[in-house]
Amino acid sequence: MTAIRYQERLYPVAPGESVLDALLAAGVEAAHSCKAGSYGVCMMRVTSGMVPERASAGLKDSWRQQGYFLPCVCVPDSDLTIARAGGDAAYGASIDAVERLSPDVVRVRLVCDTVLESRPGQYVSLGREGKLARSYSIASISDASISEGREFEIHVRRVAGGQMSGWLHDGVQPGDRVEITGPYGDCFYVPGRPEQPLLLAGTGTGLAPLYGILRDALRQGHAGPIHLFHGAKTEDGLYLVNELRHIARTHSNFEYLPVVLDQDGPIENVLLGRLPRLSGWRAFVCGGPAAVQVLRKKIFLAGAASRDIYADAFLRR
Amino acid sequence: MESTHSLYEQLGGEAAVNAAVDLFYRKVLADDRVSRFFDDADMDRQIARQKGFLTMAFGGPAAYTGKDLRTGHARLVALGLNDSHFDAVVELLGQSLTELSVPTPLIAQVAAIAESTRAQVLNR
Repeated sequence: MTAIRYQERLYPVAPGESVLDALLAAGVEAAHSCKAGSYGVCMMRVTSGMVPERASAGLKDSWRQQGYFLPCVCVPDSDLTIARAGGDAAYGASIDAVERLSPDVVRVRLVCDTVLESRPGQYVSLGREGKLARSYSIASISDASISEGREFEIHVRRVAGGQMSGWLHDGVQPGDRVEITGPYGDCFYVPGRPEQPLLLAGTGTGLAPLYGILRDALRQGHAGPIHLFHGAKTEDGLYLVNELRHIARTHSNFEYLPVVLDQDGPIENVLLGRLPRLSGWRAFVCGGPAAVQVLRKKIFLAGAASRDIYADAFLRR
Repeated sequence: MESTHSLYEQLGGEAAVNAAVDLFYRKVLADDRVSRFFDDADMDRQIARQKGFLTMAFGGPAAYTGKDLRTGHARLVALGLNDSHFDAVVELLGQSLTELSVPTPLIAQVAAIAESTRAQVLNR
């Protein structure tokens, strides 16, 4: 008989029984609904062992890579250690440097006290003095040669009246301490289909996760075409332009398409004008909620599979 | 020997749901008659809902009751959801299954299950 370890206790699983049923039979209060692998309400995470293919068949690749699976359709054939979905950790970090990228955006480099096990494109919650907390995307790829891989980069847009962004723009000093929780989110690159065309699209500091995802994909040897559309209301809102042009010059499969929204019109129109058919593409969409909602819908209607569309809508960034 | 397989098994179970959901949801979102009822800010949530709907219509394990269907659609009924929209969705479901080469008798059974929820969905 197989057994599952959950919250420091062992639960036996009868032959043919699902992980969810075994937990429920033992009196564990586990969230669930359909028991048929369709809703995802019961989603959990495996931390040790292998779940059968079927248990994660309908999930996005980035969820699968983090070990997520559906216990209601998971009949294990070997022992598993599992955890609730969405566990997170807290760390201390120091501000390393702040650099202006555009009139509204600064790049903040931070050095975490320990290596943050994260993927470019995920986000962290940044807290200060135990209260104020805001979420920022990880724009960098890890580099073991800088601060033993503990450094990472975020892009901060100045929000009118925003305490955190105001401090990061005007008041912060190198060495100042912050608290980090996370990482969170499923919007990141998963290796495995190196020829698949990739579409990266976003507005404003939606570029932060896209910039991380782009460099992550290139570093992992992504060979298929990669198109990045970055929209900003006016020309001076486009940032990292030289860096992105440089990447485009040195990588023949990468194309950078800046969009000035006031002149060129909505980013989705520009995008679909150039790429009307997206069947088979993998897409990453980041930025404000309204832009993300429109973009992901248009990309889906243009043929991309829903499980190949990764979206991060910024709510308080 | 008489077949004892359920409709859900004959259609292919959750793999069939995963195969059909994008096709069906894309049709619904692209259809001016009904798209406004399905255009949620959170597409992942909508996809999960459509998977739940297809699981039920395919004769699979039902995750919700008639009461859930009533309360779940009350907001849409208030926005004007009526028989014509219900008909359109059933039509799009049939088109999706036809494109997936599901045999006609099975499509009829799926349509009949969907039809059985009409009064609850429209809160009558």
